[in-house]
Amino acid sequence: MAEMWVNMGPQHPFNHGLWNLRVLMDGETIRYAEPVLGYLHRGWEKSMENRTYPQIIPLSDRLCYGSSMSWSHLYCLTIEELMDIEVPERAEYIRVIMLELQRIISHLLWMMAFGTDMGNLTVMLYVVRERELFLDLMQSVTGARMTYNFPRIGGVRNDLPPDFERDCMRVLDHYQNKLDDIEKLCDGSKIFMMRTEDLGIVKPRDAVNMGLTGPNLRASNVDVDLRRDDPYSVYEEFDYEVCTHDACDTYARYRVRMDEMRESCDIVRQAFEKIPDGPVRAKAPRNAPKRSAVARVEDPRGEGMMYVVGDGTDKPYRLSVRSPVFVYVSAANHMLKGHKIADVPAIMGSIDMCLGEVDR
Amino acid sequence: MAEINACSGNMTGVEIADALSKEFPEGLTITSFAPKRIYAQAGKEIFLDIVKFMKDELDFDHSSLVSGMDMGDRIQAIHHLTSYRNNCCLIEIVVDLDRDNPEIDSITPLYEGANYTERETYDMLGIVFKGHPNLKRIFLPEDTQFYPLRKDFKLKEGP
Amino acid sequence: MNDNPNAVAMNSKDFMSWSTGVIDDILRATMAKKAIDKLMLPFWNWSQRNSMYPLHFGLACCALEMAASAGPRWDTERLGIIYRSSPRQCDILLLNGWISKKVRPALRRLYEQMPAPKWVVAMGECSISGGPWYDCYNVVQGGDTFLPVDIYIPGCPPRPEALIDGFLKLQKKIRAEAKGPFLED
Repeated sequence: MAEMWVNMGPQHPFNHGLWNLRVLMDGETIRYAEPVLGYLHRGWEKSMENRTYPQIIPLSDRLCYGSSMSWSHLYCLTIEELMDIEVPERAEYIRVIMLELQRIISHLLWMMAFGTDMGNLTVMLYVVRERELFLDLMQSVTGARMTYNFPRIGGVRNDLPPDFERDCMRVLDHYQNKLDDIEKLCDGSKIFMMRTEDLGIVKPRDAVNMGLTGPNLRASNVDVDLRRDDPYSVYEEFDYEVCTHDACDTYARYRVRMDEMRESCDIVRQAFEKIPDGPVRAKAPRNAPKRSAVARVEDPRGEGMMYVVGDGTDKPYRLSVRSPVFVYVSAANHMLKGHKIADVPAIMGSIDMCLGEVDR
Repeated sequence: MAEINACSGNMTGVEIADALSKEFPEGLTITSFAPKRIYAQAGKEIFLDIVKFMKDELDFDHSSLVSGMDMGDRIQAIHHLTSYRNNCCLIEIVVDLDRDNPEIDSITPLYEGANYTERETYDMLGIVFKGHPNLKRIFLPEDTQFYPLRKDFKLKEGP
Repeated sequence: MNDNPNAVAMNSKDFMSWSTGVIDDILRATMAKKAIDKLMLPFWNWSQRNSMYPLHFGLACCALEMAASAGPRWDTERLGIIYRSSPRQCDILLLNGWISKKVRPALRRLYEQMPAPKWVVAMGECSISGGPWYDCYNVVQGGDTFLPVDIYIPGCPPRPEALIDGFLKLQKKIRAEAKGPFLED
């Protein structure tokens, strides 16, 4: 049978983000998959050498717009490591609350896209409704729904508003009930189960070798979570479970993210019990010392890392970004070979792609 | 029970640094270390041997980041590797390369996850990774003549 | 082309352009075109502005606010706005995100694949004028450098209410343009 190259992209309803997946097909089966990137490349790392350190904070939000708090926090963490600044404890707790709420928002965004891919549009509407409640919470603290510009070098921009704890608890109580409904919609759907079980299997050795991190790695039965193993901020103070799953397939990646959302709710509640009073920002110098620094976080999508080199001025000499999804895209061929073309949205959707950080 | 577990840590940063210094007495300088961080500088000739030793003996099984930097008179390749089994210890290896002909061995045969990050470093800085299965530009078109992250490529100043 | 064309000897392309010309002349001579335009214009215009179908195409961050505006809280479907996946079925090309030099020919092709009448809405700072990426070597400084943009919606990202406001302004613009079924002024 003749083989044919098919372009899935750049405009395609199921490729979340702007990229092109060229697949070599023999009938309906995929023989080879080749991603084509660069449609969103803006030369972020080069442009940031033209900006001062505080000016980069809102622009680091736009690296991965699905979980922007996580990336601006990572940037601030790197610069605090470079300039050796100690962040006040209240600011650290506020950061953790914001980060875990952002994790829930990011996973809900993923669920919206994944549900649409599976044809389960009801899930999409339920999830968007719940996500709006969390975006209201974020708006009451930061003023924005998406790219928050909230962390600062040395702390956060402002303190939490007065009734925030009450509102947050209300949303979390409501949400934890709704999460059961959403899970029932997926787990109870035979079509969803058939489309996700035993699909896109990545064995643990392959997962580590191919550079998978975050929920995709934990879904392949590898117990690694940077919040517990390489702790940053005040994550050592919290008691939570690292969710893994041993099926290594698309269903496992879905399950890990659902469990992680529950753990995030737990962490936010613990943070509100332990949060101390105090200032929320420390003073940061204008110029950076002539050294390099590296910091990494457990982004909702995987291991995010930034490497900065200061040169004595108020602009970075080099700012390098490690994007977790960039490495997953390179594993596309391994995951898709041998499957049918109709499985592409399921498998690539379960990886949770956000193209802003891939192309930078 | 998870197959690979980060809680089964056995070596700390100090012990890993000691093991490396003993195995490679020259060509590798450890500049500083902390409980989960090691910063080192290596020569280009023994770089691949160091990485092979770290993968086989010291359990560094994840390539976190491959990037580079233009220092003016030389180009540096910067590798970050993580060891899951040793409590997610991170090592940073900086290798100095010649500015006119920046070449270094590729770690893609050892770590498949470094495939795209090495292609990106080639695209942005022009560092050639010998032994890479598919070293092509990844973001910019194939026929682009410049390497954006080099310091002689200037951006326009204002809006 | 020919003064006395022989319809039997033409190839299909020439026949199409000749026959369209003949029908056009007849309609214009008998004033039928003007009559049809006048009769149908209100109905045509009403249906155009109340069933605007944007292309389901997300470039970057503003696409998330486009998706949120299609959710239950800020429902755009009540205005008749349904996102379609194929450009052949769409009226509006929504530019939501920074436009890189690699995607510019793809966007132009998408625009040309859309049948007339069509409109372009620039959503967010990046598609209006390049946005925060003013000095980037790979970012096109505004969608209006290569596409005819009708509505500009400022914001980074614009809230879903701002997007709906932009669509309502486009409705006003369509009403003012008043193009009948023959799409002539």
